[in-house]
Amino acid sequence: MISIRNVSKHYGSFQVLSDCSTEVGHGEVIVVCGPSGSGKSTLIKCVNGLEPFQQGEIVVDGIAVGDPKTDLPKLRAHVGMVFQHFELFPHMSITDNLCIAQEKVLGRSHEEAVAKGMKLLDRVGLKAHAGKHPGELSGGQQQRVAIARALAMDPICMLFDEPTSALDPEMINEVLDVMVELAREGMTMMVVTHEMGFARKVAHRVVFMDQGRIVEDAPKEEFFGTPRSERAQQFLAKILHH
Amino acid sequence: MSYDFDWSSIPGALPFLWDGMKVSLEITATAIVVGIVWGTLLALMRLSPVKPLSWFAAGYVNLFRSIPLVMVLLWFFLIVPRLLAGVLGLPPGSDARLASAMLGFALFESAYYAEIIRAGIQSVPQGQVAAALALGMSYGQAMRHVVLPQAFRNMVPLLLTQAIILFQDTSLVYVSALADFFGAAYKVGDRDGRLVELLLFAGAVYFVICYAASLLVRQLRKKVAT
Repeated sequence: MISIRNVSKHYGSFQVLSDCSTEVGHGEVIVVCGPSGSGKSTLIKCVNGLEPFQQGEIVVDGIAVGDPKTDLPKLRAHVGMVFQHFELFPHMSITDNLCIAQEKVLGRSHEEAVAKGMKLLDRVGLKAHAGKHPGELSGGQQQRVAIARALAMDPICMLFDEPTSALDPEMINEVLDVMVELAREGMTMMVVTHEMGFARKVAHRVVFMDQGRIVEDAPKEEFFGTPRSERAQQFLAKILHH
Repeated sequence: MSYDFDWSSIPGALPFLWDGMKVSLEITATAIVVGIVWGTLLALMRLSPVKPLSWFAAGYVNLFRSIPLVMVLLWFFLIVPRLLAGVLGLPPGSDARLASAMLGFALFESAYYAEIIRAGIQSVPQGQVAAALALGMSYGQAMRHVVLPQAFRNMVPLLLTQAIILFQDTSLVYVSALADFFGAAYKVGDRDGRLVELLLFAGAVYFVICYAASLLVRQLRKKVAT
């Protein structure tokens, strides 16, 4: 579904990504982790072309992302993305947030978009908030709306860029619950996160990055059991031993 | 050495002064509308990755912000009537002063509006654009549906403040002998030998209108901030 081959990216002389390769198969859930500044957010943003890259190739559902001829908006319309800071549109109601891209990008009618939006809003448990504006919701609620907004586009896969990093601890689980459910339904997911509990629960593979490189790419059992690289061992020791 | 104030020439001149006020308001309104539309386009060009567009917009803004308004008005007053006469086939000597004043103001103010709007667009977090693009919107759609509505919301107080300054600046059209409110007051005062009274009266009217408008803007600013 998502194939990343030898991708490198630099800002000027600063190398952000070096020769990164990994695969996300249909229905697979991949967790990408690593210390801050390791390039994991940059990598996931390369997948839907939000960040350009200089070398290598990323193919999503048979479409080459880096190809200048690729119709990126068309591809992005079917690749859901959830951001660290939610990025709901603050000047629109929750309903309009859910509908705008369905109508303007997919060309659905307003009634159709609202029906779809409400179904998904109900699914993330926020139907009662449809008429509110994002500013009136908690962080956890906003992130659930953001997930519903991405799902409303009927995505073929979902990208999550640190979806719980900006949340207060008590709100993290309500978001993870939605993500776990999504994973169990067979959604193809690439998730940048430090939530190792989530990784243990639903991930198929864990990718560990450090200094722009993919240091480890292993099935979850293997990664949590015996990480091969010293760097990954240190990282796990730091985040698991609290 | 005391000056004997005599306000008697004002009541009779009110209709004429009102006509002048209408001219001032007309110029202000035109300059605001054209200024915001053309200013938005200039701001988008300035932020565009297409270098020639961005250079053009930067050049335009810097040019108009670096020359006095009164000079721009004079140039337009000297050039535009001839141009219009040529293009529209108007008889020579027909009065294009209002059109030239409107055009001069609109083009001049666009430079200031462009900078306000550019700052407004840049005040919208980058993540909003990323989110819009990630949903499959084109750059244009992201601007229209996501960035500009938020930018204008943040900018309303600044745009109105600029409109108040613009309204005061319309008095500069007196250089083209156009009877705007200030010009009309000057003419009446000159005719009746009561220049001091008329100019004091005109000043008071400008003050009341602009101060009232700025109080409204302050109220609005509070509302936007919450």
